[in-house]
Amino acid sequence: MSPMTALPVLSETASAVAPAQAGGVYSLLWLVVALPAVSAAILLLGGRSTNAWGHLLGCAAPIASFALGVLMFVSLLTRDAHDRAIEQHLFDWITTGSYDVDAGLLLDPLSMLFVLLITGVGSIIHVYSIGYMAEDPRRRRFFGQLNLFVAAMLLLVLGSDYLVLFVGWEGVGLASYLLIGFWQHKHSAATAAKKAFVVNRVGDMGMALAVMLMFATFGTTSFVGVSAAAEGASTATLTALGLLLLLGACGKSAQVPLQSWLLDAMEGPTPVSALIHAATMVTAGVYLVTRSNFIFNEAPTAQTAVVIVGLVTALWGAIIGCAKDDIKKALAGSTMSQIGYMHLAAGLGPIGYAFAIFHLLTHGFFKANLFLGAGSVMHSMNDEVDMRRYGGLAPLMPITFLTFAMGYLAIIGFPLFSGFWSKDLILEAAFAENLVVGFGALLGAGITAFYMTRVMLMTFLSPKRWADDVHPHESPRVMTVPLLVLAALSAVGGVLYLGGWVVDWLTPVVGEEHPELGVPVWVISLAAVAVVAAGVAVAWVLVAKRDVPREAPVRVSVFTTAARADLFGDALNEAVFMRPGQHLTRSLVYVDNRGVDGTVNGLGGLIGGASGRLRRLQTGFVRSYALTMVAGAFVVVVALLAANLS
Amino acid sequence: MIAFWILAPLAVLAALAMVAARKAVHSALMLAYVMITLAILYAMQDAPFLFAVQVIVYTGAVLMLFLFVLMLVGVDASDSLVETIKGQRLLAVLAGLGFGVLLVLGVAQAVVSAPVGLEAAHAQGNVVGLAELLFTKYVFAFEVTGALLITAALAAMVLAHRERLTPKPTQRDLAEARLREYAETGRHPGPLPPPGVYSRHNAVDTPALLPDGRASDLSVSRTLRARGTLRSAPELADDVDETLRKIGATGRTRTVGDRAAGEVGPPTEGRTFPASGEQPDGDGTGGDS
Amino acid sequence: MSTEPFLVLSALLFTIGAFGVLIRRNAIVVFMCVELMLNAANLAFVTFARHHGNLDGQIAAFFVMVVAAAEVVVGLAIIVTIFRTRRSASVDDASLLKY
Repeated sequence: MSPMTALPVLSETASAVAPAQAGGVYSLLWLVVALPAVSAAILLLGGRSTNAWGHLLGCAAPIASFALGVLMFVSLLTRDAHDRAIEQHLFDWITTGSYDVDAGLLLDPLSMLFVLLITGVGSIIHVYSIGYMAEDPRRRRFFGQLNLFVAAMLLLVLGSDYLVLFVGWEGVGLASYLLIGFWQHKHSAATAAKKAFVVNRVGDMGMALAVMLMFATFGTTSFVGVSAAAEGASTATLTALGLLLLLGACGKSAQVPLQSWLLDAMEGPTPVSALIHAATMVTAGVYLVTRSNFIFNEAPTAQTAVVIVGLVTALWGAIIGCAKDDIKKALAGSTMSQIGYMHLAAGLGPIGYAFAIFHLLTHGFFKANLFLGAGSVMHSMNDEVDMRRYGGLAPLMPITFLTFAMGYLAIIGFPLFSGFWSKDLILEAAFAENLVVGFGALLGAGITAFYMTRVMLMTFLSPKRWADDVHPHESPRVMTVPLLVLAALSAVGGVLYLGGWVVDWLTPVVGEEHPELGVPVWVISLAAVAVVAAGVAVAWVLVAKRDVPREAPVRVSVFTTAARADLFGDALNEAVFMRPGQHLTRSLVYVDNRGVDGTVNGLGGLIGGASGRLRRLQTGFVRSYALTMVAGAFVVVVALLAANLS
Repeated sequence: MIAFWILAPLAVLAALAMVAARKAVHSALMLAYVMITLAILYAMQDAPFLFAVQVIVYTGAVLMLFLFVLMLVGVDASDSLVETIKGQRLLAVLAGLGFGVLLVLGVAQAVVSAPVGLEAAHAQGNVVGLAELLFTKYVFAFEVTGALLITAALAAMVLAHRERLTPKPTQRDLAEARLREYAETGRHPGPLPPPGVYSRHNAVDTPALLPDGRASDLSVSRTLRARGTLRSAPELADDVDETLRKIGATGRTRTVGDRAAGEVGPPTEGRTFPASGEQPDGDGTGGDS
Repeated sequence: MSTEPFLVLSALLFTIGAFGVLIRRNAIVVFMCVELMLNAANLAFVTFARHHGNLDGQIAAFFVMVVAAAEVVVGLAIIVTIFRTRRSASVDDASLLKY
C-alpha cells in the first residue's frame, strides 16, 4: 500500500488495454461457462430419465468450473501484475459495417474473484441443496435451473462486451424468476416471481439504454473500446451513461428505488435465497459499477448518485431488517443494507472500488452462511419462518448454531472476523470522502448489530416458543458440512486483506487511491466497534430482557409499522406508478375503443351502409343499364357541343 | 329531293310503328320497310353498292333471320307493352327527346359548308372506288372483319348446339315417366284433347267443349292463346244463330243440334251453354280432363 | 341536294331506335331497334361521304353492315338459347345478375 496520488493511477487504469489472447490453461476459459450451461440443458431437457442422478450432475458442473477457476487463479498469480487480463474470442456475434460485437470472454483480476466466488459458494450451496431439497419431487429441475443461473452469472462476469454482459444479465434475471417461483403452486411465490421480473425490467431498461447510448456515441460496446473512448467523451454523456448503468444496477441489486422485489423474493427455496439473492446475483450491480469505473471516474455526478443510493439503501434495508419477524426477510433486509454499503464504497471512486469488492466477497461468505443456517433451522422446524415461533434452538442444533454465530459475528463486524475488515475499510473510505456519509455508514453498522443480535436471540437463545408437534433436530451431514465450510470462510475471510493483497490484486483494473483521514485509522475502528457494541446492547435489553410474544404485537410505534411495511416502498410504487399506470391504461383503452375503433368502424359502417344503398342501383334489368348509357351519351354529346360552340 | 321528302316522313312513321307494334312480326315488317327506304336513300346519294348490300344482306338475310327466330321462339307475355320497371318509360321518353334534340342541334351546327359530291371519287365508278379503298387502305380491317364473321358463325353454332348429356329416353321410359307423374300429380297420362271440330270452322283455333259445356284449355295451342286468336265455342254459336236466321230455320234445328229439351229460347239464351250434365256430347269433343 | 335533311333523318331514326331499346321487353324487338340505330348511323356515314367527297364513309358503312350481321347471328343465337332454358324472350326476366 504505497502512497500514490489518484491521477496517475487513473491514467494507468485507462491505458490498461489490449488484454492478452487466451492460451494455455486459459484456452479452457469457455468451459467455465459451458459446463454449467450444458449441465442445465441436460437436466432441463432430459426429463424424468435424469431424475436419479440429476442432483449429482448439477453439483459436479459448478465444482468442475470451480476447479478450472482455481487452476486459472493460480496461473494468474504467477503472471505480472499488469499482464493479468486474458481475452478469449469465441465467435463473431454481430458484424454490421462499423459495428462489430465479438462474443468474447475477459478474465482479469476482477472477474477472477467473481468466478471463484460464484463457483465456490455456488458449489457449496449446490451440495447443501442435495439435502435441503431431498424431499422435493422436482429436485432435478431445481438443480437444472440453479445450473442455468450459475452459467448465466459466469457469462455476466466473464463477458468482454457490455452486450455479452447483458445476455448474462438477462439470463440471471430469468433464472431468478424461475427459482423464486419454483414453488409455483403457492400463489405468493408466483406473484413474487412476477414482481421480481417486472421490477427488474425497469432496471434492465436503463441497462439497455446505456448499451445503446454507448453504441450511439462510441460506436463500440466492448469494455476495452468503451474505456478507451471514455477518456475523450463529454462529461454529460458519461453522466448519462453512469446514471443509466446505476438504474440497471439498482434493479438487479435491489437498491432504492427498485428495492421492493427482494423481500418478496424470499418465497423461493432457501438455497436460492442464499446463492442468488444474497451471495451473487444481487451483487451484479456492484460488479457493473466497478467494471464501469472508467465511466464513473469521469462522471462525479453519477458517482454522487451511486453514493446516495448506497447510503439510503444501507439504512433502508437495516431499518426493515429490525422489524421483520420472518427470519428470511430479516436477512433479506440485511442483504439490501450490505449491498448498499458496497455501492456506497463503489461510488466513492478508486478509493473504494477494491473495498467494495472485498466486502462483496466477505458478504458472499457470511450471508450465504447465514441463509443456509436459516434454511437449516427452517428445515428442522417444518418450514416455519416466523422467529416468534423459534427460540432456544442452540442446544438442539449445535452445528447450525455455531456456524450461524460465525456468520453473525462476521456481519456485525466483530473484530478479526471477515466483516470487521471489509466494513472497517468502507467506513474509512466514507469518512475520508464525506463526514455525513461516514456517520451514516457508522449508524448503519450500529443498526446492523441490533437487528442481527435480535435474530440471533429470537432464534437460538431466548426461551422456546415452538409448538409441541415440532421436533427440532440437527440437519443431515450434507447440509452441515457446507455450513462448516462457509462458517470457516466467514471467520477467516479477512485474510484476503492480509498485506493489502486484495487491493493490490485489483489495482490493475480499478486503480488505487488511499483514504486520507484527519485521525488515525484505529480511531475509526474503535468507533465502529463501540457503535456495534451499543447496537448489541440495545438488542440485548429490548429482546433478551423481555418475553417475546408468540404473536406479533399489533399496537406498535409508527416506526415499527413503517418498517414492517418495508418503509412503504410497495405503497409508494402503487401510488406513484401502478395506479396512474392503470388509469392511463384504462383511459387509453377507452380512447382506443371509442375514439380510434369508433372512427374506423364508423367509417367502415358509413361506407358499408352507403354501398348497401348504392348497390340497389344494380337492378339486373338490362333496360335500366341501357337508360344509364343513354344518359351518359347525352352528357358526352352535351360536352362535345359545348366544346364545339365555345 | 322530292323523293326524300316523300320517303323520310314515312320512314320515321314506320320506325315509330316498329317501336309501338304489339306483335314482333309487325315490328319486323316495319323494320324491313325502313331498311328499303334507307336503301333508296343510299342510291340517291351515289352509293349503288351499299344500296345493293342493304337490300340483299340486311333486308334479305338479316331480317329473314329475325323472322326465323321469331318463328322459333313464338310469342309470349314479353309482347305486352305494359311497362314493369317504375319510371322507365318516362325517363326513356325524356332521354330520347333530349338526345334527339341534341343530335339534331349537333348536326345543324356541324354542317355548314356545301356538299362536295362524289363525282371526283367516282372517276372509275362506285364499286371500283370502294374496292380500291377496301383492298388498300382498309385491307387489315377487312381481314379482321372476315375473322369476325367466322368467329360469329362458330359462336352461333356453339350456342345453338344442345349437348345430349343423358341417354335418349325410350318409349318405355317415357311411358313410365308419364304414369309416375299421374300417380304423383294426377296429370292425365293420355294424349291431350284435340281441338273442337265443327262443321263450319277450321277448328285448330277452337277449343273443344267439355261434357259440362266448358271450353277445354288443353285442346288448343299455347301460342294461339298467347296471340289471342282463339275463338270459343260460345262465340261460334253467334255465327250459328246468324246462319240459322238467314236460312229461316226455326228452333227445331237447334233443338236437334244443341238441346235435349225441345224448347226454343231467345237468341241470347241460345248462346249460353248451361253447365249442366244435360249437354249432349259436343260434336267431336273428346276432351275429358 | 343539301345534306342536312339526311342527317336530321338519321338522328331521328337513331333516337327512335334508342327509345325502342329502352322501352321494349321482347329481346327480338330490342334487337330490331339496335339494327335501326345501326342503319341510322349508316345513313349518316353515307351522307357524310357525299358531303366530303370521298368514299371512306361508305367503307365505314360497309363495315358496320358486316359487323351488324355478325352481331345479329350471335345475338339471336343467345336469345334462342335463353328462350330454350327460361321459356321467355323478355329481357327483364333475365335479371339474376344483380345486388
